[in-house]
Amino acid sequence: MNETLKQLQESVILGEPDDARELVVQTLEAGIAPLTVIDEALNPGMQIVGDRYECGEYFIPDLVTAAEAMKAAMAVLEPALQARQEQRQVLGTVVIGTVEGDIHEIGKSLVATMLSAAGFQVHDLGVDVPAAEFVQQVQETGANVVGLSALLTTTMLHQEAIIQAIEEAGLREQIKVIIGGAPTGPEWAKEIGADAYAENANEAVSIVKRLLAGS
Amino acid sequence: MKVKHEDILSRITNGPVIVVDGAMGTMLQAAGLSAGTSPEGWLLENPAPICDVHRAYIEAGADMILSCTFGGTRVRLERAGLAERVAEVNRRAVEIAREAAGDRAYVAGDIGPLGKLLAPLGTLTYEQAVDVFTEQARALAEAGVDVLYIETMSDLNEMRAAVQAARHAGLGIPIFATMSFDRHGRTNMGVRPEEAAEALLSLKVSAFGANCGATLEMTEGALAKMHETAPQVPLVVKPNAGKPHLERREVVYDATPEDMAEYARRFVALGARVVGACCGSRPAHIAAIAQALK
Repeated sequence: MNETLKQLQESVILGEPDDARELVVQTLEAGIAPLTVIDEALNPGMQIVGDRYECGEYFIPDLVTAAEAMKAAMAVLEPALQARQEQRQVLGTVVIGTVEGDIHEIGKSLVATMLSAAGFQVHDLGVDVPAAEFVQQVQETGANVVGLSALLTTTMLHQEAIIQAIEEAGLREQIKVIIGGAPTGPEWAKEIGADAYAENANEAVSIVKRLLAGS
Repeated sequence: MKVKHEDILSRITNGPVIVVDGAMGTMLQAAGLSAGTSPEGWLLENPAPICDVHRAYIEAGADMILSCTFGGTRVRLERAGLAERVAEVNRRAVEIAREAAGDRAYVAGDIGPLGKLLAPLGTLTYEQAVDVFTEQARALAEAGVDVLYIETMSDLNEMRAAVQAARHAGLGIPIFATMSFDRHGRTNMGVRPEEAAEALLSLKVSAFGANCGATLEMTEGALAKMHETAPQVPLVVKPNAGKPHLERREVVYDATPEDMAEYARRFVALGARVVGACCGSRPAHIAAIAQALK
């Protein structure tokens, strides 16, 4: 691989936004196509970050800094893509939030960050979000993925209520619903009619990709 | 007050082991706390169930109970519209705990995490975190708690901010501090038990350890590493009652009272001098722990 691309990938893996920004500029100056930069350096870099998180080498701070490096690189690439009338492939549109009555945000925000870094368009509704707002946002954004976070045994019931509201609005068919949060799990996902449960932000990305691919 | 502090410090050094309480949130839920109402809100509107939970743990044999202030900082109270009533909420919680405890148990002022990433990962600065914790620590100290009890921390800097606040505003009250080791033997922020022990040793808190966590095995492993790093320090351990699973739409934690008793003995062998339980626990778990450690 081109040396600059290699260094760029490394800057993502090591979570160095300033280096990433500088190296992206160098790749463009070297005449490498922006989409090539994304496919050959940035995406593989994030994949490696995810793998390291999975096996316990990386933790939350590493995910956050890697995503920041990714974001810094994309900020330089966006105008370059626009100028070529190209765009990064949008993998899907996600509406995500922590359910009504629950204010836990770190896990949910991390999932939003990782999905965004992976190429999804993400609408993060924040915390304490009522069912009606989820429904409205799905309608307005045309989302095909909904992510629901609940960290209390008291609030996980709202995940079910939100899925029901989405059904009642006639939107269930067009979206995949993924849930997360400590007291929830794969059995709870099944119980409430969600499509999947993700244990962490990295798993969320691979599960959402898998769901949209139709499996 | 000074006498109680000396009692506690003496007890964690010389024994007997202090049995601390179990879960509050799930007990309140069983008593009718609905989704969306914070336990801290109930302190002001409907304190009787909270008092009942405290009493239940004391009846079960707890020597120390935690005030219902886990989410009692202004950052956590904001959504419930109580951000400007931090002092009142914390004071009320301590009053209720004291009412239940009488002279049968110590009252610890519970300080939980802020639920926000600190800068540079997030927007909350270290100084702001110290300010927020100071407000709570001061209120708990002035309300007369016997211990300032910092728990369920994942981030070392946030832990430092809480300890700094407790020391600054805490009127000399003993400080306990525990972290939650729930991912590959470390906290979800990647803090190793040995690292935590070293940091807390240099911060000179009275006792430190592990709470919450993922599995009892993982918490035991973390405690062992802390003990190895700091063999002279009295350790604190308040693990979840095993792992949660779904039983007919209800979240049930899988550790029996006997399991918790067995682990309690092992924890004491690893230097624990304060032992209780966290998520999913009930008075029966505490009773078994108290019995086992008699």
